[in-house]
Amino acid sequence: MTDALVEVNNLSVGFTGAGGATLAILRNVDFSFGKGETVGLVGESGCGKSTLALAMMGFLKPGLRVLEGDILFREHNLFAMNNNALEDIRGGDLALIPQNAGQALTPTSRIGRQIEESVRLHTTLAPERRRERVIELLSQVRLPEPEELLERYPHELSGGQQQRVAIAMALAGKPEVLLLDEPTTGLDVTTQAHVLELLRDLAAQTGTAMVYVSHDLGAVARVSDRIAVMYAGELVLQGPARQVLRNPAHPYARGLLLSIPKLKEAVVPSSMPGRPPPPGKAVQGCAFADRCTMAGQLCRDVSPPLVSTATDEVVRCHYHEKVENLPPPEPPRRGDGRSRDLSDTLLRLDDVSISYARPGVIDQILGRQPDVTPTVDDIVLDVARGETLGLVGESGSGKSSILNTIAGLRPPRKGTITFENDVSLNAPVDRRDTDLLRRVQLIFQNPDASLNPRHTVAELLAQPLRLYFGLNAGELRDRSVALLEHVRLGSHYLGRLPGQMSGGEKQRVAIARAFAAEPELVLCDEVTSALDVSVQAVVLDLLMELQARHNAAYVYVSHDLAVVRAIAGRVAVLYQGRLCEIGPSSKVYALPSHPYTEVLLGAVLEPDPDSIPVLMAEDAVELSPPARGCPFQRRCPHRIGTICDTTKPPWQKTGDGHVIRCHIPLMDLERRQRTKESARRL
Amino acid sequence: MFKLILRRLALGVLTLVMVTIIVFVGVEALPGDACTAYLGRDTALETKLAKCRDDFGLNQPAHERFFVWAGGALQGDLGISTRRNKPISDLVQIRLRNTLLLGAAASAVGIPIAILLGVIAALTRDRAADLWISTSAIFAMTLPEFISATLLILFFSVWLGWLPGIVITRPDAPVFEFLQDIILPIIALAFVMTAHILRMVRTCVIDVMASDYVQMAILKGVPYWQVVFRHVLPNALLPTINLVALTLAWLLGGTVVIEVVFNYPGLGRLMLDSVSDRDLALVQAIALILAVLYVGLNLVADLLSLVANPRLRTMKV
Repeated sequence: MTDALVEVNNLSVGFTGAGGATLAILRNVDFSFGKGETVGLVGESGCGKSTLALAMMGFLKPGLRVLEGDILFREHNLFAMNNNALEDIRGGDLALIPQNAGQALTPTSRIGRQIEESVRLHTTLAPERRRERVIELLSQVRLPEPEELLERYPHELSGGQQQRVAIAMALAGKPEVLLLDEPTTGLDVTTQAHVLELLRDLAAQTGTAMVYVSHDLGAVARVSDRIAVMYAGELVLQGPARQVLRNPAHPYARGLLLSIPKLKEAVVPSSMPGRPPPPGKAVQGCAFADRCTMAGQLCRDVSPPLVSTATDEVVRCHYHEKVENLPPPEPPRRGDGRSRDLSDTLLRLDDVSISYARPGVIDQILGRQPDVTPTVDDIVLDVARGETLGLVGESGSGKSSILNTIAGLRPPRKGTITFENDVSLNAPVDRRDTDLLRRVQLIFQNPDASLNPRHTVAELLAQPLRLYFGLNAGELRDRSVALLEHVRLGSHYLGRLPGQMSGGEKQRVAIARAFAAEPELVLCDEVTSALDVSVQAVVLDLLMELQARHNAAYVYVSHDLAVVRAIAGRVAVLYQGRLCEIGPSSKVYALPSHPYTEVLLGAVLEPDPDSIPVLMAEDAVELSPPARGCPFQRRCPHRIGTICDTTKPPWQKTGDGHVIRCHIPLMDLERRQRTKESARRL
Repeated sequence: MFKLILRRLALGVLTLVMVTIIVFVGVEALPGDACTAYLGRDTALETKLAKCRDDFGLNQPAHERFFVWAGGALQGDLGISTRRNKPISDLVQIRLRNTLLLGAAASAVGIPIAILLGVIAALTRDRAADLWISTSAIFAMTLPEFISATLLILFFSVWLGWLPGIVITRPDAPVFEFLQDIILPIIALAFVMTAHILRMVRTCVIDVMASDYVQMAILKGVPYWQVVFRHVLPNALLPTINLVALTLAWLLGGTVVIEVVFNYPGLGRLMLDSVSDRDLALVQAIALILAVLYVGLNLVADLLSLVANPRLRTMKV
């Protein structure tokens, strides 16, 4: 490319590790793009994609330095510029949209002032015109009531609004290049879909080039013309988006695609063995060789050069011609489609409501409950022995509240929770007997927070074994080793501390700890959300295997509909702490659905160049559920009238235990939804 | 936010009431009373003792005396010093002025220096300037006040003869007569105070410098000093408000050593004297005043951080 806007030439970036060795986290990266191009930069955590994006602004995190190569912006070396020149370019020609806008906005400064700062630094507008420009920018990112927003502080905005403010701030300097560092990662699916559409439109309108950095191939697929894949600090594949997503020439990209759960298939995706080398590790030969099914001696000895393929890709693989014909690594495991005896009820929630409102002094004296709309209300659920019930919904939908209440961490305000037909789970955890505690186990989202960092794996596993089974030292060790083997970790992990393991390994230890109790009910709270997709696939597979072995029931909470599709036999959809729909997943994921389920499914992004999200409802964030009527009344695309605001919707049954809570007759609902879908296909 | 302020105020008042009770009960629990202290070990004078107790109203039950005392204190009447035979309010007033003068002067010097040095240390982290500042701060923190005070006297008054080594000005002299006297006490006090605040400021600035929003500001092209003044300092100095208040409160209550070394006629020295004289009413009064200052300063600090922190200010409770 001769008209490259940004050109990364043979760039290596590294730091000085313990013992004075130089460790590289970017190795010989060649990358460039021209005006108006949109490029996706993908890879799993630690592969160097964020470092590369920041380096394109001439910025390296403290401690990092350029070992080799350079980055040219309009043929000027960014690393040779003085501070003044860099300050002009940053936020001006090259603008960054950060990963977590909530943390990237200065908390003590008003929104208007922060955007105005960018306007002041990068345009020649007179001071009195700047306010106008800020309002224009806020409208451009489709924020309602921009004038009022100027006076707000970042913490008063929702995550989606904060992200839009960050986008407005980046647009202030009329940039030629937008660098997006995981801009939608922390957002809900519908918000993410809206923000992505906004970015696509902006890129099309303004002709700005975009580099979209993300671990999420679905999001990247939606915004990129070209995709570059990074692995262990190297750029291993680059090519047209369609080609990379359909038929990548690198085995890593192929494995990555295969490990993403799909909405349409109830199977646990196949996983890649192994894990990437830690950042900075010196690599002999091909960095991916250890995990590659077709690696030969050549791969282990010689680092593959970048070669161009007939399909317009540039790839770093000795055997790239063979990738296309690789057989799938293993037949994917069936999801929980097995027919279960649903009459063997293990857990029943009846009319449960949960409230976080603390009674005031007067209420406490009178012993009455505060009169506020409860956060979670009207929950009726059954879980059968050995089945998996998925709980899905966006943040604030009350999924985790329900799990915590089952686990006894927060007592329900009203309703009953029964275990095995006769044991009440209404009691808080400190009033449950040991055997009941053993039978119900909870696994948390973040193993960093749930595993004591000062306990070795042996100690972590010994605690439940001692508490519930009173094992002696010899038995403890045997049992611990067996548990580790069940989560596919060797006995050499016994002496490790959580800090010495990867995220996926830690989560596997957390799972092993839960299964040490030989539970009958395992509550999984977003257990794979913090993991990379390839690791997620391993953990999902493991959970299925353990379930089959122990006949345990799972209540699986996730915001990711595809993951729930892969693992759960039945699904409950929650909005604002109220059930919208519950039933076998094959029915919930098909029409007719509750309008909220339809909105959620429409917003899911799949790593498929032909999948177009359908944005139906506003992505407005609701802070509290409505006091009366249908919980989804304010955002529903099919609202039929005041009945939605005033009356609780009825349970409409379609058979097989599938119920939809909506006022619209099911026939009618299905017809409306089919019309919408066919309109979308055209 | 008003609810928060009200709650905070109520808490302050409650603390004061508790302090009043504790001070009263504490003094009450000591063996003997104001009259035995006043009359000394002369127990032969039973009739004198009885008359004294009668005069000072010590025969009433303790709770009644507490309400009389607390009620008086509320109106500024702290009782009469048995040993000094003067209203305590008169005795304390001038000493309080002197202590406040010393405290105010020391903080006027110490706080700006502490913030400045703390910011410099943070911005030059692990480089020469930081190492010098941080090391000196640790040194200043560990050096006991009486040693630093004695060294100051040795240098500036004994060897150089620039400043008076001890204060011989009358306690009730006008403020300007003290100006020369308080220079050395100020330096000695500012030493320790500066060190504490400086280290806190340094830590906070370093934390904020590593935050996402500072990185974002840099990547927005904001020039370095604007990043420091607009994005770093407003956030880094918020948590220091409370520490500054604590340090000030410590300063006012904890100047005893300095006041003794320099013979400065402040509240701390008066308290020390009253303890050794067993002038219990005076001890009680001074303890109460110091508690009010302590609680008051912390209250001001909490309200200030409430106002300065948008997150708290906009909280809807």
